[in-house]
Amino acid sequence: MATLSVSKVPSRHLPVVATFALFVLTFGAGSVSFENFASGQVFANLFIDNAHLIVLAVGMTFVILTGGIDLSVGSVLALSTMIAAAGVKAGWPVPLVIVVVLLTGSVLGLLMGLMIHKFDVQPFIVTLAGMFLARGLCFVISIESISIKDKGYRALGMDRIALGGGVSITNNVLIAVAVLLAAMYVLHLTRFGRTVYALGGSEPSARLMGLKVGFTKVGVYVVSGFCSSLAGLVFSFYTASGYGLHAVGMELEAIAAVVIGGTLLAGGSGYVLGSVVGALVLGTIQTIISFDGTLNSWWTKIVIGALLLAFIVLHRLIVRRSSA
Amino acid sequence: MNRLWWALGALVALLVLNVVVTPSFFSIRMQDGHLYGSVIDILKNGAPTLLIALGMTLVIATRGIDLSVGAVVAIAAAVTCEYIATSSDPGSASTALVGMAISLGLCLVLGLWNGFLVAVLRIQPIVATLVLMTAGRGIAMLVTDGQIITVNNETYRSVGAGFVLLPLAILISVAVLALVAVATRKTALGLLIEAVGVNPEASRLAGVQSRTIIWTVYVFAALCAGVAGLMISSNVSAADANNAGLWIEMDAILAVVIGGTSLAGGRYSLTGTLLGALVIQTLTTTVYTAGIAPEITLVFKAVVVVVVILFQSPKVQALFRRRPKRPVAEVLKPQEVAS
Repeated sequence: MATLSVSKVPSRHLPVVATFALFVLTFGAGSVSFENFASGQVFANLFIDNAHLIVLAVGMTFVILTGGIDLSVGSVLALSTMIAAAGVKAGWPVPLVIVVVLLTGSVLGLLMGLMIHKFDVQPFIVTLAGMFLARGLCFVISIESISIKDKGYRALGMDRIALGGGVSITNNVLIAVAVLLAAMYVLHLTRFGRTVYALGGSEPSARLMGLKVGFTKVGVYVVSGFCSSLAGLVFSFYTASGYGLHAVGMELEAIAAVVIGGTLLAGGSGYVLGSVVGALVLGTIQTIISFDGTLNSWWTKIVIGALLLAFIVLHRLIVRRSSA
Repeated sequence: MNRLWWALGALVALLVLNVVVTPSFFSIRMQDGHLYGSVIDILKNGAPTLLIALGMTLVIATRGIDLSVGAVVAIAAAVTCEYIATSSDPGSASTALVGMAISLGLCLVLGLWNGFLVAVLRIQPIVATLVLMTAGRGIAMLVTDGQIITVNNETYRSVGAGFVLLPLAILISVAVLALVAVATRKTALGLLIEAVGVNPEASRLAGVQSRTIIWTVYVFAALCAGVAGLMISSNVSAADANNAGLWIEMDAILAVVIGGTSLAGGRYSLTGTLLGALVIQTLTTTVYTAGIAPEITLVFKAVVVVVVILFQSPKVQALFRRRPKRPVAEVLKPQEVAS
């Protein structure tokens, strides 16, 4: 009978449902094991501490939905913190800093997108070059980390918004939620968003249908570049510093969040909401490990690897079932 | 052949630049029966990358990719050093040999694991190997307990820092290169690998044991990564689970791509991979000798990759050709065939 109730859920929703279940399960496990875990603030902290990862995962979802990949997101995040910190230090007004950072990320995304589309180079290689370039540019600005001392800028990251019940969030959480809502709107209710799914389903078909394949293909990398630089701003609010070694390997966490969130790496199937829940699962695991205190940080990596495996195998089974 | 020229051109340009900056660049001197010089340094420091790139070439030729090699490097280093450091006789040759054998055996298992995910469960290679890439470093840290383990063992040290006229690391990499060249080009193996890369389904129907081939290349890649891990850690007589082989998978993939092997699988070039690995290492060394902060090497690496990739791309190649090739359909007009 259990199988009957499962089969009522369309198979394309199944991975996302599984991700939600996993989130409830990990958070529940934390709540049972630790006294103060099941509080509103711990839940809110998940968003506060992972706002940048959520933003990255949303951008990455666009790219992966088209069947591409963006390895540059962690480096672009670092470059953004670096530009922001250096700009604030040089006395630029904060709005100008924000515009410059977002433009840099979007332009980098645009260049990578154009290389991928116009020259038929694999996204993996192009974004790998982008990853090296952005990371290297951080060190061109400065080898050392730069702390942000501007009071107005710091206030953007430190200010708390009370939600009642003693729970408070930061501006970063609002940014992350806004990005999620915007992405859901774009993916499901605009022509661009539907083309993203069509492109991931089958590029030749999308082309034959007369969809704007080139525009969309370049567009997702611009979206990802924009999200990466926004995540960089969020990260600089959070840490009040810019550093070339910020977010090393963060691209893998973003990819992991997207995969655990139920998006197929082959493209064409998945939801941004799933990616966000995926990012929250990763955050919960980190919280549990820090609550425990005796577990070492490397267990995070091993657990993330194991979860990745579980979800990939789940995808395999679903794909096999629906094609059978 | 055309694609090799770009890699060769990049390498020659870098070498010329080096000679201009340091006129004594090509000088090699003999001291205590060992050869020293900038060129030897490039070859020695590039040996682990070349070794991993060789494994990666075969994986990429089957339309795969192996992201886990950096993590395998860390695991191989961690296991060997942990074994030597905790053994009753940490200085003896036999301890080092047993330690290396155990860690290479483990690498074999890790390769089998990747191969199992790709060949049997038919998971996309990029995700399948991402699992071990993420978890692998965690496992290496578990083995070393998060510490950097230092060992003092002459036999182990010789793998990465030893000399037999030339640094042993160079000789090992060149030997593996020769071995792969003979094994894949003098037998049908290379052809079978390319067949799997061009069309796995068609090659299976044609009777190629594609599953075995795929399994073999992932095991080979993991073994190469293991040996490279031994080289890297023995060169400094220490295992650093966090940093050993960090980003080496990316360097190896770049070496393969600069060498003209397409990520889409099929045709591969071992000469190209050798050239690619040399380009990357020469670039790194050039930046060092030019007195630029080593962190900024990444910018130059990105520029070289973009330039080489763009020139290799079919669309740019088409611009260089004076006349576009006539499509096949036009060449074989029915009346011409009839006459």
